[in-house]
Amino acid sequence: MASEIAIKVSDVSKTFKLPHEKNSSIKGAVINFYKRNKSYETQEALKNISFEVKKGDFFGIVGRNGSGKSTLLKLLAGIYTPSKGNIAVHGKLTPFIELGVGFNQELSGRENVFLNGALLGFSRKEMGEMYDDIVEFSEIERFMDQKLKNYSSGMQVRLAFSIAIRARTDILLLDEVLAVGDAAFQQKCFDYFEELKRRKTTVVFVTHDMGAVRRFCNKAIYIDNGNLTHIGTPAEIADVYLEENLESARQASEKQSDEPGLSDRHRITGKITEQSEGKIIYEVSYDSKESEELYIGIAVSKDGISVAEIITSLEKPLTGKGKISYTLDTDVLNAGLYQLSAALFGMRNKNLLTYTKKKSDFTIKGSDPTKGSAIKLADNWTY
Amino acid sequence: MHRFLTKQNRALLTELVRTDFKLRYQGSVLGYAWSLLRPLMLFGILYVIFALVIKSGDGIPHFPVYLLLGVVLWTFFTDMTTQSLGSIVGRGDLIRKIRIPRWLIVFSSSISALINLGLNMIVVAVAMIINHVDLMSSIVLLPVILLEIYLFALGASLFLSAAFVKFRDIGYIWEVLLQLGFYLTPILYAMTIIPEKFQKLQLLNPVAQAIQDARYVLVTHDPKVITSYRVFDGGWYSLIPIIAVGIVLIGGLLYFRKESKYFAENI
Repeated sequence: MASEIAIKVSDVSKTFKLPHEKNSSIKGAVINFYKRNKSYETQEALKNISFEVKKGDFFGIVGRNGSGKSTLLKLLAGIYTPSKGNIAVHGKLTPFIELGVGFNQELSGRENVFLNGALLGFSRKEMGEMYDDIVEFSEIERFMDQKLKNYSSGMQVRLAFSIAIRARTDILLLDEVLAVGDAAFQQKCFDYFEELKRRKTTVVFVTHDMGAVRRFCNKAIYIDNGNLTHIGTPAEIADVYLEENLESARQASEKQSDEPGLSDRHRITGKITEQSEGKIIYEVSYDSKESEELYIGIAVSKDGISVAEIITSLEKPLTGKGKISYTLDTDVLNAGLYQLSAALFGMRNKNLLTYTKKKSDFTIKGSDPTKGSAIKLADNWTY
Repeated sequence: MHRFLTKQNRALLTELVRTDFKLRYQGSVLGYAWSLLRPLMLFGILYVIFALVIKSGDGIPHFPVYLLLGVVLWTFFTDMTTQSLGSIVGRGDLIRKIRIPRWLIVFSSSISALINLGLNMIVVAVAMIINHVDLMSSIVLLPVILLEIYLFALGASLFLSAAFVKFRDIGYIWEVLLQLGFYLTPILYAMTIIPEKFQKLQLLNPVAQAIQDARYVLVTHDPKVITSYRVFDGGWYSLIPIIAVGIVLIGGLLYFRKESKYFAENI
């Protein structure tokens, strides 16, 4: 049924003309006209995109940097006009491409709330009804009558975000707004997303945070280089994203080759030699020119944070050069993208001699009911 | 009309105009009083020079009011067009990040200029009382004349603001053209000092025609107030300025509508 659809995108393409040298002058235009010199190149930011967002969807748009997802969001918002195809929107749509658009430093917090609200399409009366809610959410009641220029940047962001998510609308477009605020504030935002989901507000959401995609979205698309390559469940799309990132990381690290470690006298490299269901074998090669006792530690990290570490037994020091393998039991890990790295220590675990420049990536596929944690806990409940 | 002035658009327009006024006299001691003080003081200077020293009035009755009205209307035209010219580029941050009707930005600049015109007309009214100018029944035509200048300025504003996105030269060119227009338009002097064939040329300019008509209907019917109707003997030539306003308005609207789709990517 048509009324079920919030946004329908049919065969949309967007082409930008990128002048080699921007000629914002009549002289430039005249010269170009006579030269018949098309001194611009066209860039196809999006190619024949079609999809539908149903009412009540929490819809994720995922893609790597420069893939065209922000262009898509701006097209949905009506900021850009499609070069081809069309976009039909049913309901009141409020875009948040950036927070605090139109904020004026010379106006008070209160005035800015109303100005920002008007820019988002709300009347003064509607804003009046939402005002207390917004102020309460932003936690800056005391400062509302002060000029915005006297606010800290954190306070400004909080105020802007509060307006953004308190705004009652049918369809919300959010562009990576999660990347603001401290941890406590982010938690508030997540809580609010849960509320949006419960209220069945349609949300279109551009992000790099696969945890958030898995947690909130019920549908997602993957954009690669202007093409819509995948439509699917958040878990599928998150896997695609991780795979693609892994691929490009692999290519980048191949170029990097084996750089010397901290010191040329110590070398350590590691690679995954085998990956199968439930286990990974990580092989570490080390080479030290000094005749001291060596120990090797390896770390498993996720999102740049070490989640598990182990070091070779202090009773069995290594020497010289050699290879050593560790078999990692991956059944303890939740789904996601992980990295393995190794480090070489000397003299009773006191000093770090060198570590692997190139980390080894691996992906654990499947679903992660905790949306982002690393270690899988057993189902040891006592009812 | 209500397709354009929806509830949301009205709300936004009010906020934009409100902000504009709030910020204009930000940090000044006298604040809003400057809206009236500024034109009064500027007029004081012109009055001393052109009514007392140079006496460019050529015996026109109530010349100070005649002079003031011309200055006020010309100021309205220049203020509105220069403010609108940079309005789209100046609000680039909004246009690139939010979906608002682009014409609303130019429209809000024009409303700000209209409010200023209203304040300045109060000054004109005060000057009329001081000068004992009798109200004539022809005053009912004044709103029509003001509307004409407004529509002409609006057409020019739409064109200029859209063209300025692509060609930043427009800013300088317009400044020079306005300076030229200031002397070609009979603002500071009585038109009787101009040879008749030049009078005809002069009155093809809608702003000149409107200023002269406004003086005729508001200040004095003295034969020295040369209007386009008088200079062309009521012939159809006197309609040329009106037609010019129509062309500028429609041309400006069409150009703006065509270009506005690409403002977000061109700014």
